[in-house]
Amino acid sequence: MGLRDWPVYRQLRGPDRTGRASAVQSRRSAELTPRTATADRVAKSICPYCAVGCAQNVYVRDEKVVQIEGDPDSPVSRGRLCPKGSATLQLTTGSTRRHTVLYRPPHGTGWEELDLDTAMDMVADRVIATRRETWEAEHEGVTVNRTMGIASLGGATLDNEENYLIKKLLTSLGVVQVENQARVCHSSTVVGLGTSFGRGGATGFMQDLQHSDCIVIEGSNFAECHPVGFQWVMKAKARGATVIHVDPRFTRTSALSDLHVPIRAGTDIAFLGGIINHVLETDAIFREFVVNYTNAATIVTEDFQDTEDLDGLFSGFDTEARTYSFDTWSYVGAPAAPASGVRDRTPGQRHEDKQDIRDAGRGEQHGSGGAALEGTSPERDETLQHPRCVYQILKRHYARYTPAMVQEVCGIPEETFRKVCRALVDNSGPERTSQFCYAVGWTQHSTGAQFIRAACVLQLLLGNIGRPGGGIQALRGHASIQGSSDIPTLFNLLPGYLPMPYAHHQQNLRSFIQADAARKGFWANMENYFVSLLKAWWGDTATSDNDFCFDHLPRLTGSHSTYDTVMEQLAGRCKGYFLMGENPAVGSANAKMQRLGMANLEWLVVRDFSLIESATWWQNGPEIETGELSTEENATEVFFFPAAAHTEKAGSFTNTNRWLQWHEAAVEPDGDARSDLWFMYHLGLRIRAKLAGSTDPVDRPVLDLTWDYPVEGPHDEPSADAVLQEINGRDANGDLLTAYTQLAADGSTSCGCWIYCGVYADGVNQAARKKPADEQDWIAAEWAWAWPANRRVLYNRASARPDGTPWSERKKLVWWDADAGAWTGHDVPDFERDKSPDYRPDKDDSGVAALSGVDPFIMQADGKGWLYAPAGVLDGPMPAHYEPQDSPFPNALYRQQRNPARLVYPHEHNRYQPVGGDTYPYVITTYRLTEHFTAGGMSRSTSYLAELQPEPFCEVSPELAASRGLENGGWATIVTARNAIEARVLVTDRMTPIRVQGRAVEQIGLPYHWGPNGLSTGDAANELSGITLDPSSHIQEVKTFSADIRPGRRPRGPALPALVRAYRDRAGVTEHTGTEV
Amino acid sequence: MTADTGYENPAPRKGFFTDTSVCIGCKACEVACKEWNLIPEDGLELTGMSYDNTVGLGADTWRHVAFIEQRKPLGGQESTASAASTVDLGMPAMPGAADRSEFRWLMASDVCKHCTEAACLDVCPTGALFRTEFDTVVVQEDICNGCGYCVPACPYGVIDQREDDGRVWKCTMCYDRVGDGMEPACAKACPTDSIQFGDLDELRERADERLAQLHDAGIDDARLYGRDPDDGVGGNGAFFLLLDEPEVYGFPPAPKVTTRDLPAMWRRAGLAAATLLTGLAATFLGRKR
Repeated sequence: MGLRDWPVYRQLRGPDRTGRASAVQSRRSAELTPRTATADRVAKSICPYCAVGCAQNVYVRDEKVVQIEGDPDSPVSRGRLCPKGSATLQLTTGSTRRHTVLYRPPHGTGWEELDLDTAMDMVADRVIATRRETWEAEHEGVTVNRTMGIASLGGATLDNEENYLIKKLLTSLGVVQVENQARVCHSSTVVGLGTSFGRGGATGFMQDLQHSDCIVIEGSNFAECHPVGFQWVMKAKARGATVIHVDPRFTRTSALSDLHVPIRAGTDIAFLGGIINHVLETDAIFREFVVNYTNAATIVTEDFQDTEDLDGLFSGFDTEARTYSFDTWSYVGAPAAPASGVRDRTPGQRHEDKQDIRDAGRGEQHGSGGAALEGTSPERDETLQHPRCVYQILKRHYARYTPAMVQEVCGIPEETFRKVCRALVDNSGPERTSQFCYAVGWTQHSTGAQFIRAACVLQLLLGNIGRPGGGIQALRGHASIQGSSDIPTLFNLLPGYLPMPYAHHQQNLRSFIQADAARKGFWANMENYFVSLLKAWWGDTATSDNDFCFDHLPRLTGSHSTYDTVMEQLAGRCKGYFLMGENPAVGSANAKMQRLGMANLEWLVVRDFSLIESATWWQNGPEIETGELSTEENATEVFFFPAAAHTEKAGSFTNTNRWLQWHEAAVEPDGDARSDLWFMYHLGLRIRAKLAGSTDPVDRPVLDLTWDYPVEGPHDEPSADAVLQEINGRDANGDLLTAYTQLAADGSTSCGCWIYCGVYADGVNQAARKKPADEQDWIAAEWAWAWPANRRVLYNRASARPDGTPWSERKKLVWWDADAGAWTGHDVPDFERDKSPDYRPDKDDSGVAALSGVDPFIMQADGKGWLYAPAGVLDGPMPAHYEPQDSPFPNALYRQQRNPARLVYPHEHNRYQPVGGDTYPYVITTYRLTEHFTAGGMSRSTSYLAELQPEPFCEVSPELAASRGLENGGWATIVTARNAIEARVLVTDRMTPIRVQGRAVEQIGLPYHWGPNGLSTGDAANELSGITLDPSSHIQEVKTFSADIRPGRRPRGPALPALVRAYRDRAGVTEHTGTEV
Repeated sequence: MTADTGYENPAPRKGFFTDTSVCIGCKACEVACKEWNLIPEDGLELTGMSYDNTVGLGADTWRHVAFIEQRKPLGGQESTASAASTVDLGMPAMPGAADRSEFRWLMASDVCKHCTEAACLDVCPTGALFRTEFDTVVVQEDICNGCGYCVPACPYGVIDQREDDGRVWKCTMCYDRVGDGMEPACAKACPTDSIQFGDLDELRERADERLAQLHDAGIDDARLYGRDPDDGVGGNGAFFLLLDEPEVYGFPPAPKVTTRDLPAMWRRAGLAAATLLTGLAATFLGRKR
């Protein structure tokens, strides 16, 4: 080293006069290169956390992932990532991930290591044995061909291709209890949006929020739970939009809103009903839109009776069965078709299977096709004067939802309520649009589907559907939870929202299709979609002679939702359980029952990154401490399989706006970690090999299954691309299809999910398209692919007037080009391209031809948006306010206290609480934080996230803290009739007592992410929640229940259940409490 | 100033403009910073201070989001949080509720200010702290010997020693990334563009516009912090738009470069020494006489 390189010389003699800059720069500093620059390659990926679907660049060097950051090309995320997305490198490469298979034998006190091959073989053996042992050929005299002995849970964090293989293999094995997070998060969205508009997905896409003039965020903590999506709200705000947040708590979303409206948790229907009433009473409706595009003019049968007539019940309620019949809700001239079974021909005739069909979750099948109606032309009165037209019925139904009533029920002062009404009305109409954004704050209620219905009704009345900046944004919270609904790992659905068949005497494919298909609209082509699915699954074996293997499908006999599975486990009937990326011991309602159900299994397979609570309840679950379970006595075999991360496998996620986004594999997974695609495929191969040669007819469905995917790489990874091609579908020549309109019912086409048909159009993986956002218009149609048909704003025919011209220049999207004789515009028209606005069907037309030129809701049986749902929603044609299952207040609107059709599950560990009383006087609401993810499996073991919110806490107002002696930073114990937990206390002005029915009620905020495992640990909020379900969707009510809070930590050991019992005794809780209609 | 720093191709000065009025407190900046710079996790303790469990900047936290809950209106924003409880509830008195007619929740992401006149750099005896070609202030981890002189020199309390290795660590404004034409990890991740990175001159213009916009919207509390080149540290390379007094966010209201008085002190010391010497000389001279 020469003198001139010597720093002191450089400081004194070099060009750096300051002596503190270039003169002192070390060689290392001068040669510094970011690790992104030295990467060997960059894989294009998608964030694995929430459903905004932010794009990621995954930098790989020497076959290791060295950096993950946002991809600036993405039109939705523009390169940004929230804290969770920013922690993806640690999630996927951190030291807390496991890479070996673990096995816990019956009664074992610890884990043993097992090699992957042996473990796979053991699982295959157990599936075969349990299936044999529990095979049910008939159920109460009807053929079902299934097993109730095996169940599966999880899928929303997985790829579409993985969900497809899970559903395909398990269905062929006769397993019907296949469920995922979509059940507990957004199943009511599918019912609510699907019955209203014809499709169960968000109506628009995130970037379109920037065009809104008013954004109402209600039932969502948008900024905290979808931070990167929230940039579009901020953009709208910067452009002058009004942002309103309606929420029990003042959150990070409220902090950025123009107006925060505190509301009592669970009373949103009263609030939205109040706005509906305001809009109707002040004649603020968008009349031309309402008359033409909704069913406001449709006449309803005179047998219909409203909640106003029956004090909280609609007509058709069977008190004993606790179900409604749709018969009296029908349109005149087009009665509702029964949800399943032999089609009723006589209006008013009740269906024999009502109870079971209700239980079978038929409401959710409207994810892409509205409820079926008989006939195609119901009677209408476009003057809206007929006393039995929907408009007049609606008016009467909501007449008592006055501002005073809103205050009485929701605790919202009249003046505040009027501000919201004004903002919405002023920002709706031809020139302006308003948008609603919601998430699980609306879905997770015992009448959750109706929360969403209420918003649909309001948005239809204001004309805010199908238009830029309008619509309803359903914010989903898992990377592919939309996908796991579309390709459903859900018991009641087949891909594309086709219904799982229900057990009937002598039902064949034809009568099944007859019963479920609509007469009008694209759902009338259901047979094409269904036969193509059967062809995809059973290939050449499926012929018209054997009904395309229709009888290879197992049959439903009621509800087989995840909560019913828990009951089956407790009853000892369900013996084997797969958990694939879901952690019910923390994340599902009544966590104790989840664990006790698992403790009653013969075998449990857990696939995850690390040892989540659902894998270790036998070792360190809360029941071990209380003595309710004993490790030595417990006989469940537990297998833990390490899962591959999204960076270690290729596949597609469907984001919250129906975009299928492909992510590439960056590296091979380490150790025993494998994708779920690998797991299901190789499990299927092993099972089929073991059953090969079987002559038992029960093995035909799995042996006949098309199960031959090309494999690649060192682990024989099945090709996700090949699976996506099967999902897309092929014609008779084996060529890939381009659109679902090509599907046929004669067996000449195959298609694994008809709504995804076109994702592989022209032989190109359209989901993998990554044309940079700045090279496209705001629609960004060449980034990824959206179902259906790459349409980004659904029902966009409604963005034009009935005559096909835009409502306004400011809000133009799609319009009729008379010269070209076609619909055109910025988005792909959600309408037959060449159907003129003037087209009117003949009376005899059916199917698509029966849709007129002014029917924008092409999946609906009448082509209209449904203000009133004559069928499809099982607890009423219009939303009505009921109190939550556990509520401190009587229902101020009706004598009927709770949703009469809700599903209750009385059980010694699932007790309900009385109305009012002082034992459980406070309202609890549960929620997520930005810093964590759902049940914690992807955040509590990630130190960069765990340190940001390291312990469970509850949020209380200073008033509650003073009255109950709670100290900031101290401990509190929270008690319900189910269980008690402890949490640290945050005393904050963000929580506020609200005045309801003449008294103040305190609400307690309780994030739900924690459990005993990981870096950040504590009690799970779901220990407190009970199981009460929405009847249409089977979603649980966890957004509101009542509880007591007291200072100090909870008791340990047997003293804990004793405390819970003492509270129950004090409140007089019995097995009957809260179970009445 | 870059003209004197001896870099062959001095770039325009780079900086951060953190607009706290659009911060959603998501902490993406904290995590993105840690991921990029491979900073260790530093504590799993709930503080009880709103949603802030990071507490402050330090050797292992180079971005810190502060959360401030205030009974104060945010101009233009309406919260009826307590309107309900200000009416008579017919309940036992609830102390405090009546004061809560207005409420706001401020969030702000703090970071090293990359001062124009950086005392940490002035006092560093080893040349570990240096001024880069982007006019940012960076610790060179291969030079730092952990003497810690810079720690008390920082007027913001940013720079800090890591316990296990004794060296000091702080935000580098992602010197490595910026050198490759990338933006710093925090600014890139920030979902709402609360953290903006770019040429300082341009950021200052943008900040001035944003401030005027907020003032027009009636948010009179809005102010810029660290933007003024004439302040006690010659302005900051990382400056902020705040919605309240700096102290509310934990910023010193009038920071001064702690080495500001050093020249004067040296001058005085020199003068004293000269006087002493002169006196001494006079004494000797006097004796000769």
